[in-house]
Amino acid sequence: MLKFIKYSFFDLVRSYWTIIYFLFYAIVSSAILYFSADMTKSIVSIMNIVIVLIPLVSIIFGTIYYYNSREFTELLLAQPVKRSSLILGQYGGLALSLSLSFIAGLSIPFLAAGILGSEHFLDFLLILLTGTCLSFSMSAIAYMTALRHENKILGFGISLFIWFFLAVIYDGLILLLLVLFREYPTDSLAIIMTLLNPIDLSRVTIMLGLDISALMGYTGAVFLKFFGTIKGIPISILSMLIWIALPAFLMVRIANKKDF
Amino acid sequence: MSKTHTILRSERMSRTSFILLFLAVAGSIYSATLEVGVDKQYQTITAALEMAENGDSIMVNEGIYQEAPIDVKKSVVLYGINNPVLDGENEYEILRVYADSVVITGLTLKNVGISYVEDRSAIRLIKNKACKIDGNHLDKAFFGIYLEHCKNIVISNNIIQGEAKHESNSGNAIHLWYCKDIVIDGNLAEGHRDGIYLEFVDNSIVKNNTVRNNLRYGLHFMYSDIDRYLNNRFENNGAGVAVMFSKYIHMEGNVFIHNWGSSAYGLLLKEITDSEIIHNRFEQNTTGIYAEGVNRTHIHGNDFARNGWAMKILGSCADISVSGNNFLYNSFDVSTNSSRNYNSYDGNFWSENTSGYDLDRDGICDVPYRPVKLFSFMISHMQSTTILMRSLLIDLVNYAEKIAPVITPHNLIDNSPLMSRIDYDREN
Amino acid sequence: MIEIEGLNKHYGRNHILKDICLDIREPGIYAILGPNGSGKTTLLKSIIGLVNPESGKIEVCGSSVFESHNYRSSISFLPQIARFPENLRIYELIRLIKDIRNEEADETNLLELFNLEPEMKKRLRNLSGGTRQKVNMVLGFLFDTPLIILDEPTVSLDPVALAKFKRLIAAKKKQGKIILYTTHIMSLVEEFSDEIILLLDGKIIFKGGLDNIYKESGENSIENAIASLVDTNGNGECN
Repeated sequence: MLKFIKYSFFDLVRSYWTIIYFLFYAIVSSAILYFSADMTKSIVSIMNIVIVLIPLVSIIFGTIYYYNSREFTELLLAQPVKRSSLILGQYGGLALSLSLSFIAGLSIPFLAAGILGSEHFLDFLLILLTGTCLSFSMSAIAYMTALRHENKILGFGISLFIWFFLAVIYDGLILLLLVLFREYPTDSLAIIMTLLNPIDLSRVTIMLGLDISALMGYTGAVFLKFFGTIKGIPISILSMLIWIALPAFLMVRIANKKDF
Repeated sequence: MSKTHTILRSERMSRTSFILLFLAVAGSIYSATLEVGVDKQYQTITAALEMAENGDSIMVNEGIYQEAPIDVKKSVVLYGINNPVLDGENEYEILRVYADSVVITGLTLKNVGISYVEDRSAIRLIKNKACKIDGNHLDKAFFGIYLEHCKNIVISNNIIQGEAKHESNSGNAIHLWYCKDIVIDGNLAEGHRDGIYLEFVDNSIVKNNTVRNNLRYGLHFMYSDIDRYLNNRFENNGAGVAVMFSKYIHMEGNVFIHNWGSSAYGLLLKEITDSEIIHNRFEQNTTGIYAEGVNRTHIHGNDFARNGWAMKILGSCADISVSGNNFLYNSFDVSTNSSRNYNSYDGNFWSENTSGYDLDRDGICDVPYRPVKLFSFMISHMQSTTILMRSLLIDLVNYAEKIAPVITPHNLIDNSPLMSRIDYDREN
Repeated sequence: MIEIEGLNKHYGRNHILKDICLDIREPGIYAILGPNGSGKTTLLKSIIGLVNPESGKIEVCGSSVFESHNYRSSISFLPQIARFPENLRIYELIRLIKDIRNEEADETNLLELFNLEPEMKKRLRNLSGGTRQKVNMVLGFLFDTPLIILDEPTVSLDPVALAKFKRLIAAKKKQGKIILYTTHIMSLVEEFSDEIILLLDGKIIFKGGLDNIYKESGENSIENAIASLVDTNGNGECN
């Protein structure tokens, strides 16, 4: 599997798109840092970009990458290799190169702006961490979807829909449920719903650092109590890992049954 | 006009009280100094007080004095050398002052008994004037310094520390009731129910105090008019300052920080009129300012940074003018529960205002800014929706509401939002 | 070498391979022919393990293809469409394939044969379709395997490269390899197939040498022979 991670990583790292993606983060975060001159504001702006863009780009990249390397995958599968290691390797290389572009693109300007000694260093690390998890999770979902659907347009459409569902519709559903059951205590419902969506989970994780003042106001600081404690943190991490492992597992299953 | 006049007067009053004090000390050349201590002329303070004349000084030497309650009925200077400790043995009040022009300084008073019936305190001043309580250390006092029906008193540089756990069985560090012309300056008050409590207190100044870790309010005004509080620091109290049923309150240069909790505010205003809130800093409070029934009040030149809600202005408020403030990275800048707005917002800097541009380069954004988000409205009706904060859906909803306000007040708008932060160059 | 029994494959409702039985033992060149959609590529892919059939048995060099992927080390495969990771260079690609197969090989002769040496350091995305097909050839013939499978190998080859390809095939045949290929170019079939396997609607309707196909169909050109076989069998199938 390492061989495949290596090859797809080195292939992707040199692709225009990866470089553009890297430059995008580098330029945008430099611009944000330059124009706002305030670390808090920069962190907030970056967070908004991360939450919206990483899932979208990971989905699009993942889908395109699979369809583009479709024929070569066939060639590789004709070699004495295990399907699962090839597919996981390609996905690993993809997720790794996405994460690296993002981490490098963000870190260089922020390090130059002195994030290391800033009070927001922890928030920044949290953004890097959740961004990486999101890249891994969403590209796994994309790769799985593309593997499942030979029809490129269908596969692409479904991937985009998954993004839209997780990024917008899902929150709409949460809102609807909270409104419908407003007579009941809905905190645990809200927490569970959040754990079930990787984008929401990442958002809430970063939010805990940035909006602590507001969250403290929420009766009994319910969310802080859950997401900020011994009980909550492992559950959040576990849930994020499931969001990477589950699509990866399905990916292997689909690949093993698939006719190339 | 009349307001500034009275304020000047109260300052002049406190100056005269200083002169009186000076005279009292100077007069001691002609009067006696009575020494209290284990190997001194008097073994107990009570004994010394009995023998003292008006104008005498009582020097209390190092030692522990368990003779509470002590009644001071003569105009004396009571001062400690090497931190003598007056112990209430968790049973009694310690000092009760019935005379005018008493000075109490350099004493440590501790262990006042908790009572559910009476407000026991370390130092109580009853119906007198021109006293000074300076540089004392109060430890585990139920109530710390308690003034009733007093005039012209200075309470300065005292350290008042308590270990309050529950509101029901704890007292206030400094408690004023029916007083006038009081100066509370440079004290530290922590671990009580309220840090500083003023009820029916007029013409007074609270300045340079640090008030922290109190269960309820850092500073609490009830039915008190024409007062000022300046350059204080309110940190980590249930609420920083609560001003209720009062008028002509001048609040300037204070810091409100880390007042966190579901009903925690930097500054809580209830039924307030004709007041001023200027050049304060509100940082990381759950709510910076909460205003209910507030009229004719200026909120100017303040910094609101990283609060959950910078301001909650309820529908019962009118003629509040909010101008020249910096709103910096609050989760929500302004929230209200009403679809009508009778207050004005003008010339503030809003860090959330990212869509602005300034073609004529006059520093004022060419498009007006609406500081109220639909989402804050939503949260105030259903708390659990907090979990959706910063989601794309909420951004879209907020954006839609901003373009065509349906639920949020359509005239709650800053017509000249500033392009950049106003630098007020503060010390704190 | 290749033993197929009772092989069935559906794509959705389409029955692509119907009870295919095939036994290839002798070295030589085998052409798999048939109209579009007759199951040629699916058959090849089943042998390589790219397609999972529903039932049947495939054995290559005595081991079942469903059990382990190791048998593929005795197969060289040349896919129909040559597309490679865009940002790798030719030498990196060759190194990668060697690395994956865990096998050493000498590509210098092949690179010389197809004049690829000057292109070695170019990124694959910058190569023309023809050059990519040459690279494909190099990869296909790189390893010394007893079995060589080629899917439409001559598409987009220029005449010079085609001639070289033919020489390569001839050499491999001489070495006693089994070469299995699909094509639509009948002249190629006439030129060097030892045996023809004709597929129609997922069934093998003919298997034998060139002489046999002329004899069976009564025609004297390969195109006509195949057309006539397809017609007779196809009619029987449909009506």
